Amino acid sequence: MLDVQNANAGYDTFQALFDVSLEVNAGEAVAVIGPNGAGKTTLMRMISGLIPIRAGEIRMEGRSLSEVRPHEIVELGIAHVPENRRLFPRMTVEDNLRMGAFTKTARPQFRERLDYIYELFPRMKERRLQYAGTMSGGEQQMCAIGRALMSKPKLLLMDEPSAGLAPVIVQQVFDLVRRIRQEGYTVLIVEQNVQQVLQVVDRAYLLEAGSLQTSGTAEELLASDQVREAYMGL
Amino acid sequence: MEQIFDIYLLEALINGLLFGGVLALLSLGLNLIFGVIDVVWICYAEIVMFGMYAIYWLHAVYGIPIVPAALLAIALTGAMGFLVHYLVISPILGSPPINQLLATGGLLFFLQSFATLLWGIEFRNLGLRLPVLQWGELYFSYARLLAFGIAVIGMIAIYLFLTRTYIGTAIRAISQDREIMTLMGVDSRRVYLVTSVVGGSLAGLAACLLVLQYDVHPFVGLSFGPITFVICVLGGLGNMIGGFIAAFILSEIISIGGFYAELEWGYVLAFAVFIVVMFIRPEGILSKKS
Repeated sequence: MLDVQNANAGYDTFQALFDVSLEVNAGEAVAVIGPNGAGKTTLMRMISGLIPIRAGEIRMEGRSLSEVRPHEIVELGIAHVPENRRLFPRMTVEDNLRMGAFTKTARPQFRERLDYIYELFPRMKERRLQYAGTMSGGEQQMCAIGRALMSKPKLLLMDEPSAGLAPVIVQQVFDLVRRIRQEGYTVLIVEQNVQQVLQVVDRAYLLEAGSLQTSGTAEELLASDQVREAYMGL
Repeated sequence: MEQIFDIYLLEALINGLLFGGVLALLSLGLNLIFGVIDVVWICYAEIVMFGMYAIYWLHAVYGIPIVPAALLAIALTGAMGFLVHYLVISPILGSPPINQLLATGGLLFFLQSFATLLWGIEFRNLGLRLPVLQWGELYFSYARLLAFGIAVIGMIAIYLFLTRTYIGTAIRAISQDREIMTLMGVDSRRVYLVTSVVGGSLAGLAACLLVLQYDVHPFVGLSFGPITFVICVLGGLGNMIGGFIAAFILSEIISIGGFYAELEWGYVLAFAVFIVVMFIRPEGILSKKS
């Protein structure tokens, strides 16, 4: 479904990603793990068009992302739950969800999708007229995921969904990720919480200093000494 | 005697309210543009001036009925809003705010001089003689009532546009998180252009209301441009609700100050209040963040 080939990206004179190649197949959940500053967020931002790709290519279902303008990428079926959620804090939950259905293809399905999100997250229905910024961190994460799902994406990018949340909430967020998977979405997730994310994905890539070091099934990485020593403190 | 005194005060209060509606409409367009694009259009009142000229020419000179003439004038100022953004603001969107301010300031003088060149400095008016409404012992100008009513309708229309449409929701969202708009599938450049057209059209609507009461000349912008900025800053730049409240506070100060002294003293008092408020709350009565 998603095919990243030798992608390079960065900011100004700083190169953050070096020849990154990865793929995500339909129905899979794939994680990219690695330390702070490894370029995980840059990778997500590059895929969703927030920063330009400098070399290499990204294809979504065979279509090169460089053929479309950044804001059109979401219409190819890629939705991004950004780092720190980035909700519109002074807008209601429902307005935030409405923004998730902004594209021409999503608008006619707004009602239907809204009902679906409210069924998936009944808490959001209770809070629908509340300002998004006044909710708890876990609820905000729910709203951010809901907003991304409003466009009926094929691939959901999730950037550090557990960051900045209390431990008990972190558990809930990973439960959310499981439910998203059960709903049939393909997921590419970036996490520092290595132990837990490897429980919910099929495969993972290890990214360090802007380069992919290794990859394998979740079980393989959970068993690998390289990952256990560096990221689980075992 | 006591009772008559109160009645005139009431008249001043109501006139202040009516005036406030037009001021609120004027500040709404400027606030909308600032809230979305983060640029202050110093030349906003000059766009209003062009709108006033448009109605004057279309209606008083070419004899087009007032309503179509007004709609054409609104379309013209909407197009001007588009051009201001497309030709002036868009190319310098990434440069420091002071450059953008200077650019729209330069546009102010350009528009003023252009109007002088085209139409000279004489004062022109529609020559409409709208009746004065008498209600008991109170007198209200029909022009003011009409202006207030249309201003309120215009503001309700903008409110519905901002809350009920996708592009309106995007206009509210963009000032809260610019970067993330791409992830929503929003083309920010389009939102900026739509906002500029709406802001320009609001200038045109304000022009329609002002031309009922005031003469038009190339420098007419100077007589309500400053008060429009003061309202926006007092309300908290970019905060449309703050601007709305500030418009009525200032118009009441002007009206009641003018009632106890002369009209000019009303303005002096209003600007004095503004300066004091700026010392106490530099971010305005409602800041952009609240």
